[in-house]
Amino acid sequence: MTRRKPIATGSDWNFEILAEFEREIARLADEYRLDIYPNQIEVITTEQMMDAYASVGMPVGYHHWSYGKQFLAVEQAYRRGQMGLAYELVINSDPCIAYLMEENTLMMQVLVMAHACYGHNSFFKGNYLFRTWTDASSIIDYLMFARQYVAECEERHGVAAVEQLLDACHALQNYGVDRYKRPSPISAAEEARRQKEREAYLQTQVNTLWSTIPGRPVVDALAGAHDEDDPLGLHAGGRYPPEPQENLLYFIEKNAPLLAPWQREVVRIVRKLAQYFYPQRQTQVMNEGWATFWHYTLMNRLYEEGLVDEGLMLEFLQSHTAVVNQPAFDSPWYSGINPYALGFAIFSDLRRLCENPTEEDRQWFPDAAGSDWRETLEFAMKNFKDESFIQQFLSPKVIRDLKLFTVVDDDQEEMLEVSAIHDERGYRRVREALATQYALSLREPNIQVYSADIRGDRSLTLRHVQDSRRPLARSVYPVIRHLHQLWGFPVRLESVEGDEVTRRYQWPLPEDVARA
Amino acid sequence: MTYFIDRRANAKHKSAVNRQRFLDRYRTHIKRSVEEAVNRRSITDMERGEKVSIPSRDISEPVFQHGPGGKRSIVAPGNKEFTEGDRLRRPGGGGGSGGAGEGGASDQGEGMDEFAFTLSREEFLDFVFEGLELPHLERKALVDLDEVRPVRAGLSRDGVPARINIVRSMREAHARRIAMRAPIRRALREAREALAIEESKDPVLRNPARINELKAEVERLEKRLESVPFIDTFDLRYNNVVNQPQPSSKAVMFCVMDVSGSMTQAHKDIAKRFFLLLYLFLERSYEKVELVFVRHHTAAKEVDEEEFFYSRETGGTIVSSALTLVDEIIAKRYPPGQWNLYVAQASDGDNWDDDSVACRDVLIKKLMPRLQYFTYVEITPHAHQALWEEYETVAAEFPARFAMRQIVEAGDIYSVFRELFKRRAGGG
Repeated sequence: MTRRKPIATGSDWNFEILAEFEREIARLADEYRLDIYPNQIEVITTEQMMDAYASVGMPVGYHHWSYGKQFLAVEQAYRRGQMGLAYELVINSDPCIAYLMEENTLMMQVLVMAHACYGHNSFFKGNYLFRTWTDASSIIDYLMFARQYVAECEERHGVAAVEQLLDACHALQNYGVDRYKRPSPISAAEEARRQKEREAYLQTQVNTLWSTIPGRPVVDALAGAHDEDDPLGLHAGGRYPPEPQENLLYFIEKNAPLLAPWQREVVRIVRKLAQYFYPQRQTQVMNEGWATFWHYTLMNRLYEEGLVDEGLMLEFLQSHTAVVNQPAFDSPWYSGINPYALGFAIFSDLRRLCENPTEEDRQWFPDAAGSDWRETLEFAMKNFKDESFIQQFLSPKVIRDLKLFTVVDDDQEEMLEVSAIHDERGYRRVREALATQYALSLREPNIQVYSADIRGDRSLTLRHVQDSRRPLARSVYPVIRHLHQLWGFPVRLESVEGDEVTRRYQWPLPEDVARA
Repeated sequence: MTYFIDRRANAKHKSAVNRQRFLDRYRTHIKRSVEEAVNRRSITDMERGEKVSIPSRDISEPVFQHGPGGKRSIVAPGNKEFTEGDRLRRPGGGGGSGGAGEGGASDQGEGMDEFAFTLSREEFLDFVFEGLELPHLERKALVDLDEVRPVRAGLSRDGVPARINIVRSMREAHARRIAMRAPIRRALREAREALAIEESKDPVLRNPARINELKAEVERLEKRLESVPFIDTFDLRYNNVVNQPQPSSKAVMFCVMDVSGSMTQAHKDIAKRFFLLLYLFLERSYEKVELVFVRHHTAAKEVDEEEFFYSRETGGTIVSSALTLVDEIIAKRYPPGQWNLYVAQASDGDNWDDDSVACRDVLIKKLMPRLQYFTYVEITPHAHQALWEEYETVAAEFPARFAMRQIVEAGDIYSVFRELFKRRAGGG
């Protein structure tokens, strides 16, 4: 290969240089058949970057104190030098918006372009979760709509009322997601147009549900089993909802008896945004691993072609090494498994076992070993989430390299037990345990709406399906208090393991009810 | 397809609203930190931000989470000596080993007990003053106008070479050249035309004398044209500077405090707030503010700030000693023509009976004629004593420049301060 002259040397950059690097990266990415959204690369200041961080990566957001808190935290960390801001701000939108900070050196800018504009971008466009759950082309418009709507509510109903409502919704936002059903795409124009109609419609629906005027077909129920306590069959209509509901916010939006129409709309906004971020929470390892793999690959190609010089490459390697560093569990810097390190290791190893498979690889990955690496990686990127990705592609070599081991923590045992390590007997179990660790369904307690007593005291009952006797943290009380604010009537929560209710929570607390 | 957009010029502070909402929400916490900071810091050191910590649990946003307990497996990296089946002691309280709740399995406890952040200077002062808006001190109220400041005042035809305004001078020269050359050019053109006509005539009809005459004329005019000077002293313009009398930009503030046995630390803290407010107030109005601390019991002494606020003395009280000392310091170091003089006095109202009259005399005869303003706060819940009564007569004599108030507890300071200076703004 003929080596060309470096595009630029030193650490200074300007827009021409960036554009030229971008062209070269685009050329290489095209060679690797990376499919991306158009890029919109924005050069911003440190302060703007902190703003962007604080709004959890949304380029426009409604106002809420929690974003202010976030901003202060970021600012503090940045000032103390605990945190570099350079990596990672890219928005899953079409065009894909990525931020470059003006303070960055030339190396950083090139790295971030490769990482975000080609790595993350292609992941957003390719991965099935993003394709199913988010609509990249409309998110910015929807955010604008949300911001404006919330601002209007603040004007009409006061900042405090809106803030309280948002606090309550935020507490439940992880439960504002349809996990199994593909939601309809969100579109701002549509939202705004239909919002008025929906207000009216929603309200009539709620009114029907809570109507106290008789009119329900209770006669059929009478034909069934006779109940001594309820001879007229008034309570025989069955549980409402008939099936448990996983989407708490959706249930609230449609069924909470006392919410005003605008409040339902705000619940909906929070729910829709939670839905938008849902795929990101499930693909952290993959997403970061994929982007890191590509910045590493692309930077090396740039170097091979002579487009960057040794100085820049050394600076890059130093930065890259820091990003994929995985401290051991007993290191003072250990804070869990580094998703960059794990993801990068898996993708790199996947490429290795495609190109240079060993006997072990052929045994473990009969399909992938020796195949075209580009296609295999593309397949892995498109069709998995963290949980299944690890289950499928964590190779014994990566387990050995990272020296992963599994510890069982059982509160009924006095000691912890090492149940598997990086050996022949342990590979599968470590892989299984690590995959489970990334399963969102196990990371977050499984809580669903079980019943709403629409004919009685209007109380709402949730069920927490317990797993391995793991209890809820103490934060359960503030959360059900928030839920109570939304629902307007008593809220109960039962932890169930098997068929047995192990623990009950309720809000208001019993003594409050007694006092009231 | 890639676009680069330079957003650096866009609005900053996108998070300003959110930040403000956060501050509003945790007002009580932040106020406590700010109050501590005010007590800790020097008076002259108020104009910077402050680090504030709030316990994390108070500002957490609750979500459903797994608590400790039950059975779970944790995968961790960096195994060194463990083999399958090893049993380990449960790590006690986050010793950092054994995968104590790390991994993706739980994100409870962010590892931070305190949420710390930094208030900006404006936010800090905002909390110090609790939204109190400082009244604008009117400069016109300042009596002596000894200081002058050079001010640009247009252009003039004479001045020193250093102040030549080149652009204007060249423009003048250019205009003058056009004006002076125009008639010469016209005459020259006419002469040349005449010459051309003469020369184009049939040789028989030519008048050689006329031709020579015209040639001489052209030559003469060309010389004249050349001799118009490029620049002339007449063209020069100078930047004009005049001296404008300025209100003095220097102020000195005398903090006078009673440190006799009856003044407790609580009294002093209140006094400190009061001095602080006055200082910040003056600092906004003057370029330079000096502080002089005078404390007194039976005798007065000039001290540094640390000693002023935090050393304890015992004994009786003679207020006039301090006032006399202030007067001496003024005479020695701060000539009234050059300095704006302010005195702030804090006391619990105790004084030797005979001395109060002396105080009044010092004030009326010596101090008040020279001072911009005198403020007196009496920190006591009790009835007033002789000093207060004597001061009242002073106040009657100098209603615009003498203010006195009683403070019972720290919360009163702001309102007292506001009242003091509202009156001043009105009276000035």
